[in-house]
Amino acid sequence: MTTRLPITKTPKCYVGGAFIRSESARTYPIHEGDFVAHIPQCTRKDVRNAVEAAAKAGPGWQKRSGYNRGQILYRLGEMLEARKAELSDAIALGSKKTDNPTKEVETTLDRILYYAGWTDKYEQLLGSVNPVAAPYFNFTVTEPTGICGVIAPDDSPLLALLSLILPIITSGNAVVALASETRPYPAILLGEILATSDLPGGTVNLLTGFRKEMLPTVATHEHVRGISAVVNPDERKLLHTAAADSVKRVHTLPSESPTDWLTQQSLQAIANFVEYKTVWHPIGA
Amino acid sequence: MTPRNRSLKRLLETHGTVDAVGIEERVAKFTTRSIKKTAKLWGLNRAVTMIDLTTLEGKDTPGKIASLCQKAISPHNLPNIPSVAAVCVYPNMVRHARRHVEGTCIRVASVATAFPSGQTAFKTRLEEVRTAVQDGADEIDMVINRGAFLSGDFACVQDEIAQVLAACGTSTLKVILETSELETYDNIRAASFLAMQVLRPNDFIKTSTGKTSSNATLANNQVMLEAIRDFYLETGTPISMKPAGGIRTAKQALHFLVAVKETLGDEWLNNTRYRFGASSLLNDLLRQLEKERTGVYQAPYTFSEADGAY
Amino acid sequence: MKLATKKAAPTRSTRASRNRGPSARELIFGDLWDYDPAPETADPKITSSYGLFINGKFAPARKGGTFASISPGNEKKLTDLALADASDVDAAYMAASKAYENVWSKLPGNERGKFLYRIARLLQDRAREFAVAESLDGGKPIKESRDFDVPSAAAHFFYHAGWADKLEHLAPGRQVAPHGVVGQVIPWNFPLLMLAWKLAPALAAGNCIVIKPAETTSITALKLCEIFQEAGLPPGVVNVVTGAGETGAAVMTHPLASKVAFTGSTEVGKAIMRALAGTGKKMTMELGGKAANIVFEDAPLGQAVEGIINGIFFNQGHVCCAGSRLLVQESIADEILTQLKLRMQSLRVGDPLDKNTDIGAINSKEQLSRIAGLVKSGVEEGADLYQTPCRLPSRGFYFPPSLFSKVTQSHRIAREEIFGPVLSILTFRTPDEAIEKANNTAYGLSAGVWTDKGSRILKMASQLKAGVVWANTYNKFDPASPFGGYKESGFGREGGRQGLLDYCKLS
Repeated sequence: MTTRLPITKTPKCYVGGAFIRSESARTYPIHEGDFVAHIPQCTRKDVRNAVEAAAKAGPGWQKRSGYNRGQILYRLGEMLEARKAELSDAIALGSKKTDNPTKEVETTLDRILYYAGWTDKYEQLLGSVNPVAAPYFNFTVTEPTGICGVIAPDDSPLLALLSLILPIITSGNAVVALASETRPYPAILLGEILATSDLPGGTVNLLTGFRKEMLPTVATHEHVRGISAVVNPDERKLLHTAAADSVKRVHTLPSESPTDWLTQQSLQAIANFVEYKTVWHPIGA
Repeated sequence: MTPRNRSLKRLLETHGTVDAVGIEERVAKFTTRSIKKTAKLWGLNRAVTMIDLTTLEGKDTPGKIASLCQKAISPHNLPNIPSVAAVCVYPNMVRHARRHVEGTCIRVASVATAFPSGQTAFKTRLEEVRTAVQDGADEIDMVINRGAFLSGDFACVQDEIAQVLAACGTSTLKVILETSELETYDNIRAASFLAMQVLRPNDFIKTSTGKTSSNATLANNQVMLEAIRDFYLETGTPISMKPAGGIRTAKQALHFLVAVKETLGDEWLNNTRYRFGASSLLNDLLRQLEKERTGVYQAPYTFSEADGAY
Repeated sequence: MKLATKKAAPTRSTRASRNRGPSARELIFGDLWDYDPAPETADPKITSSYGLFINGKFAPARKGGTFASISPGNEKKLTDLALADASDVDAAYMAASKAYENVWSKLPGNERGKFLYRIARLLQDRAREFAVAESLDGGKPIKESRDFDVPSAAAHFFYHAGWADKLEHLAPGRQVAPHGVVGQVIPWNFPLLMLAWKLAPALAAGNCIVIKPAETTSITALKLCEIFQEAGLPPGVVNVVTGAGETGAAVMTHPLASKVAFTGSTEVGKAIMRALAGTGKKMTMELGGKAANIVFEDAPLGQAVEGIINGIFFNQGHVCCAGSRLLVQESIADEILTQLKLRMQSLRVGDPLDKNTDIGAINSKEQLSRIAGLVKSGVEEGADLYQTPCRLPSRGFYFPPSLFSKVTQSHRIAREEIFGPVLSILTFRTPDEAIEKANNTAYGLSAGVWTDKGSRILKMASQLKAGVVWANTYNKFDPASPFGGYKESGFGREGGRQGLLDYCKLS
């Protein structure tokens, strides 16, 4: 009796709500002892396409009410909860002995809920009514910065990726994310989960591949307005230098010193990628 | 709302609105103009010539009118002080005033139309105008029907103005909007246009009766000057302007003149096109003119008919 | 009675003749009543030379370098300023760092606040003196320095003084602390006010400062240092170094600066960002703008015209948020143009110290030629230029108020920041078109909207990509109101809770 041969999955990136292979048609293999899969090796053209997808989706995502964005993020949690085991296995690929994939998935779930809860609340804390010394009604509101790049680290490949993405999309930004280069598989699964959540296609775009091929494009692309990255000193310098040309908002964490991803969640992380808009209007009959 | 009122309303709407904070910021800038030396002298003298020297009291008598007219003709016993533009009195006093100013350039203005409220039958108001004109009034200061305006009966307001105008014959008409009762700048602008549409060149629109809690301010003066400007640019008809009530000091008068200069330009800086309805203003102008001449600050009692002469 | 000598009141017969036909609908803004010169005569108390203000004392530059500061109003020399090089900047940072470690970081917030209150009061005491110095040095009309710059500068110190002991309320759930030493570089358009915008929040948050004013407008910064001495501000808490671009670069890139704040051109801002790439320094950038001022047909036109004038001619148009691109709904374009031309005729251009001057001197010869160059390009590209016929003083740097109509989006004058009294008028037909045109720029500092319809204001305000939106008003500022840009107009805010937070480190 022959054992049934399972169908293996072709890993694809999630861009514009669709599953794509790199436009370059290149891939790179990942192994866990044995061969696991060929991962799309995305390049600058894929970054360009992802930015275009984000540009299309961003305005609609921004327009949704905070309440609605919260429900969609909660839905993302529901979808992810259902695939906990599979995600744990994906995180285990290339993990260190000290890693705890199950805990990482659970923390990721809690993080999704944390930001789902913020969507209709952060405005009340970040915005303000300003008491100016003249007969004007003056208030400050926040607006999303626009399209933001995310450059995720190799450790905690699911939790770190989502810890960077979630605060950005909470306020209505769209994201182009480069997943971990060495441990991309959780990002492949995340794409599938995003596709079944109600998050509009293009709001979050996930690319796999080599950092050094894509990072300069993310840094220089004019339409990318903000970057949240975990990078080494050389990359940091490159990122800031290239981002200067279009005056991007860049927030980095050092990859050379470890980040405790179990605690990386805050209102400030949302505030990093909003713009403050102050409106004046006279008060008179 | 009748079709005519509706179309008048629409017409008024095309003339747009006024932002209250904006207009008040604008006029505040007029008060920072620094008027010195020859410019000050010119302004003070010109303000004297623009005064409608006014007495509107229940206790007015022929005697009071006589001294008012004398003051109007010759405001002070100094050479080179010009006469004022007109005396402004109640209809009953017109014939007395007429007698005293006969042969001078002083014009006689009479408030009419049941001033200040206007709350009598229109027939009666019209008759009052005719009588004043017959008695020798060169100018009639009428009040608009504020009740009709505020209830949306724009046609009534405009028709009454037109009929009063007809009753004026060749006398100049001044239409008092009573800005404090219209309350908003939008209403003041709309009422200005409503009046201007039926007026002749150099008939006036006027802010106030002087009989309510608030009178001419730089801001409502400005709203009306801008209405006059816009109407002139649109139709070519120059309408004149008279702020009345509340302008008591020479400094205030200069601010109003700055507003005229910078809104309507040189052609409105004369008493055909601009008047001050005032009584105590004249003495303060004289005080300042004397101060400029002598370099010494003057006491109020130096000037005849001064009310601060304790 | 000598009635014949009295000025005759007009007779009825002359009245009708004054009604000239449509051809004569001109308003005449002539010299029938010309204002006499009204120079502000208060003594600006400018000394013949100024040193660098380091560690609480004025001292010459280490290498002894100096440069002259002239008045753009008449090109006369006002004073000699010390030219700081890298070693002076280093000394300033050492002083700031020492003051931070030893004094300023040890003071409780309420005590820091008291110094700011003192500074505000002392500035009010000497307000007229500072206003005259500001107008002499920078060329802005005295009525603006007197009624806006100096009082607003004092207000910034007052506002932030009260924050100094309330920092824990700034960021919910976080600990806030000062950055330490902050480096700041400011432009020449609002010399004292920008200084206050920068210093007051930084000091309230507990930082010590090295700041460089613009080389053409350093005098009021140095005069403010006299006030720091009068206030007893501990030495080294604020250090002022004077000089040009090299000095500025040294201030921005010094290793002891843990945060830098820059206000100036987008070009220089980008260069600073590049220079600081990888250093981990926090930055606030307040850069250029090319603001759209959008006027709908239902706007209160009288005030809109005034707002347009104020939007572009305030401070000679040397304003990063100037409403330099006027977008007018097509149906009222002619009317607005007529009204603007009329209004421009009563603008008085000339001596900055004359109390009746509306538009003063262009800040420098370089800026004057840049403005002239861009205006020339506008004419060459086919836009219609209108300039008021005004007499400009023979000495000094002056430019007449200018207005371009028939401008399209692709004209240089519609895209580049002119930073001068030059307005470009474009038209639109629908709200969407207005938004599209307004946002069609890499800048995003400010915008104006004029309409009587409330819901449209809110819609426009939410769609305009700009950090400040003035609705039915323009060019309004307040210490409590955050100011700063979207996109290439910079990041970070100045003013209000949001602005103060940019001078705090969160943990």
